[in-house]
Amino acid sequence: MNFPKDLKYTASHEWARIEGDTATIGISDFAQGELGDIVFVEMPAIGSKVEMGKPFGTVEAVKAVSDLNAPLSGEVAEINGELEGTPDLVNKDAYGKGWMVKIKLSNPGETAKLMEAEAYEKMEKHGH
Amino acid sequence: MESKTPFYEQHVAAGGKMVPFAGFLMPVQYAGIIEEHRHVRSAVGLFDVSHMGEIEVWGPEALKFVSYVTVNDPAALEVDQAQYSAMCYPDAGIVDDLLVYRYPDHYFLVVNASNLDKDFAWLQEQAKKFDVSLKNTSDGIAQLALQGPKAESLLQKICDLKLSDMKFYWFKVGKVDGVDMLVSRTGYTGEDGFELYFDKRYAGQIWESLFKAGKEFDLKPSGLGARDSLRLEMKYCLYGNDIDKTTSPLEAGLGWITKLKKAGEFNGRDVLLKQKADGVKRKLIGFEVEGNAFPRQHYKVFKNGVQVGEVASGVFSPSVAKGIGTAYVPSEFAKTGTDLQVEIRGRMIPARVAETPFWKHSSIKK
Repeated sequence: MNFPKDLKYTASHEWARIEGDTATIGISDFAQGELGDIVFVEMPAIGSKVEMGKPFGTVEAVKAVSDLNAPLSGEVAEINGELEGTPDLVNKDAYGKGWMVKIKLSNPGETAKLMEAEAYEKMEKHGH
Repeated sequence: MESKTPFYEQHVAAGGKMVPFAGFLMPVQYAGIIEEHRHVRSAVGLFDVSHMGEIEVWGPEALKFVSYVTVNDPAALEVDQAQYSAMCYPDAGIVDDLLVYRYPDHYFLVVNASNLDKDFAWLQEQAKKFDVSLKNTSDGIAQLALQGPKAESLLQKICDLKLSDMKFYWFKVGKVDGVDMLVSRTGYTGEDGFELYFDKRYAGQIWESLFKAGKEFDLKPSGLGARDSLRLEMKYCLYGNDIDKTTSPLEAGLGWITKLKKAGEFNGRDVLLKQKADGVKRKLIGFEVEGNAFPRQHYKVFKNGVQVGEVASGVFSPSVAKGIGTAYVPSEFAKTGTDLQVEIRGRMIPARVAETPFWKHSSIKK
């Protein structure tokens, strides 16, 4: 299991890479492993608003479906178009090519509420 | 606390993702469900199905008893032949679906793991009226399912039986790698293949010898996830999803195993005869949905805006690359091509009653 130190995490298994006022968002390596083969990622429209902790899309795997919750609030600036044809990028490279959306943060102060890699890893190891 | 099957160590060593299922820790997948699914369709995969329950029926009235508790006709079985069947309650609700094997001197029943305790108690209750004795042998048996178009060539390398002589739903007692076992040409995938039942003390040896013999056929371990998507592409019923105590075999599309004219009384007969005469009010249909929305169990099914049922089983089908599923709907909507809608996460997604099985290129040699 892989928990990059430069990312922030949510208890619902999303990660955020924060660069200035923009955050790149995806799901953790743990989450993709739990879901299994991902066959579709439903994305929000560019320009739509997302709110911290609220669903902004879904991930469909062969056997299960899961909400994507926004780790931070803001406006969708970009979506990963590659996932339309190759959703399994999320399985293969959850923190890289499997990224899902980029959002322009409306409340950068929220980042303090996210978990550091160490805390997220600890949560996983205790079986949540 | 979940039990471990005799192959637990092998699963972990092969990278299996272990999950609780029917009281056992079972591998849901190794490399990935889609890859395992496709590999069984095109080559050969090995499933641990040791969680299944096994019950022996002995005694002078064994045939009469098995006929009384099941809807298929065991009197039609030759020695070394097996049949798919179902056990019903008197109201025609299904206790379980099962395989019935005929040995020269007894019958061997294979039931679902999740139902074993219930089934055994039910059978013991029913057995009071018959001169039979029942034996639950589940704990001592390892069971593997070797499935896929290359299964015969692989198994023949280490099996002393002439497998090309064995037809679908027939079996023999023979040796694999020197170990005595029941070799049965059956499965739950829609591909040719075998199910092997043997003493669990040989589990490690047989697993290893199958992979050694399977090297040239690229044998891969396959998990419960692929087992589910493979069976659903065939519209094979899964107890708890597609059938249960509230559904009858006729409603479930299992009329082909329901032998209403067989000799003697059997559980559920009166209700089934009435259903047959009147026609069933609802039927288990297979359906496909369009686009990237996938049906899941309990999602609501609609016809012209009115709810008419709910999804029994649903999955992304790796073979047809669509969402597929089953549902009970009023019989008037059961015809192939009927337009329905499935409510998927708040949206009405168009669905269509499909011709089943969904997978039409089975390697089974009938």
